[in-house]
Amino acid sequence: MAYPAAYPQAMQAIRAESLTKRYPETLAVDNLSFTLERGKILGLLGGNGAGKTTTISMLLGLLVPTSGRITVLGHDMAKNRFAALARMNFSSPYISLPARLTVWENLEVYGHLYNVPKLQSRIGQLAEQFRLTGLLNRRAGELSAGQKTRVALAKSFLNQPELLLLDEPTASLDPDTGDYVRTALEEYRAETGAAILLASHNMAEVERLCDEVVMMKQGRVADRGTPAELIARYGREDMEEVFLHIARSEAL
Amino acid sequence: MKSAARRIWGLVYRHVCMYRRSWPRLAEIAYWPTLELLIWGFTANFFSRDIHAGSPILAGAALIAGVLLWEIVLRAQIGVTLSFMEEIWSRNLGHLFVSPLRPAELVLALLAVSAIRTCIGLLPATIIAFLLYHYDLFAPGPVMVLFFFNLLFMGWWVALGIVALLFRYGAGAEALAWTIAFGITPVACVFYPLASLPAWLQPVAQALPAAHIFEGLRALLLNGHTDWGQLAMAAWLNMLWMLAAIAVFGAEFRRARILGALISIGE
Repeated sequence: MAYPAAYPQAMQAIRAESLTKRYPETLAVDNLSFTLERGKILGLLGGNGAGKTTTISMLLGLLVPTSGRITVLGHDMAKNRFAALARMNFSSPYISLPARLTVWENLEVYGHLYNVPKLQSRIGQLAEQFRLTGLLNRRAGELSAGQKTRVALAKSFLNQPELLLLDEPTASLDPDTGDYVRTALEEYRAETGAAILLASHNMAEVERLCDEVVMMKQGRVADRGTPAELIARYGREDMEEVFLHIARSEAL
Repeated sequence: MKSAARRIWGLVYRHVCMYRRSWPRLAEIAYWPTLELLIWGFTANFFSRDIHAGSPILAGAALIAGVLLWEIVLRAQIGVTLSFMEEIWSRNLGHLFVSPLRPAELVLALLAVSAIRTCIGLLPATIIAFLLYHYDLFAPGPVMVLFFFNLLFMGWWVALGIVALLFRYGAGAEALAWTIAFGITPVACVFYPLASLPAWLQPVAQALPAAHIFEGLRALLLNGHTDWGQLAMAAWLNMLWMLAAIAVFGAEFRRARILGALISIGE
């Protein structure tokens, strides 16, 4: 991953420049820069408190950076975030959908918010894709954790986003469904050229899906590269070992 | 414009889905206005029949009208804040704020839900007032629409102020949603004239649209004339308070985005 200007900006789904987020008593993100090209999957990794959630929140416009600049799909997030938000989507098992609404109703609500054309048929497609057909009339609050994760993923695909931000997309999924979702992400990327930013603690998943990885520690970039490059650089067997090495090392 | 309307409808639809399936929630909307009406309606009946001073029947009517109309403020305010708190309780705000839904559209959707809830909530009470106490809220004519909208607006700006406080203090401030409008009641002059308040408190009451609305209402019911001056003052004050509430809402929303409160508001 070259930064900052190796690729024309039109090819960049995300361009984060010198991002810093400072709270009164914490420096959550410190001078972070990276780009994500269209059609690529970038892993944003790091231990708890490394600054991943803060970074994703800034990319989504939920949080205003203290300094730095974010451009998403060509839109400056400080000036025109809604134009970008209409073309992207987000899924996290840690943010719920209304529990009292059925799966179908939830998807309908978000279909309206994202102005999805031919909404009924789109929901039907997604229900099939994410194995939700039998759950459409069930209330979201009655679903298992894995089922909720699949509903959240279906919601994130509603508007056929050009950029997907996924926080732990396969958390709580059984191995079969987890593999099914990873395949769905690969196919979606291949078919649409969408870019995906993936935050995950599943290193096998990262190795399989990610073209490039940014390892964060204490709000800063600890290292970056393709999974193969990182494994070779640290002389390790896999990304799990690389993660542990970086997380446990004293140096940043 | 069309997509903005669709986003607003999307959020309204989210609440329609919730209410259409839950009769306790639907019943709750009408429960308090009906209960208040019953309690105060019988009290007014007592005054009308058994107390012989001035024009007790009209005073009773003014009391019933006060109860019904003050409920508009309370229901309008609770309609907005409760709908917003539903999003906090369901931990759904994160999804909403990363969708293309603009803050202004969120507010318009909340106001629309509030208007629907207020109408549904007051309908049974209005019918009961007519059946039990022979009180026709609409007897004074179309001017009652102006009273209605003034009170609806007052409920809305109070609610926007509360939502702004929720942005600042998080779900811990949700008790405000239930208490603030009730706290205003003593200076709203709903059940007694402005002159009943001590002189030092009257300017406070006069700064609120409610005091002017209810002074106007009493003039209409007791003397039969519409006090346009009071209605105009109420509308003017409503506009000022609404602008102030929008400014505070906007400032607190921006602050929440800086401090990360949109992510942690439910905690």
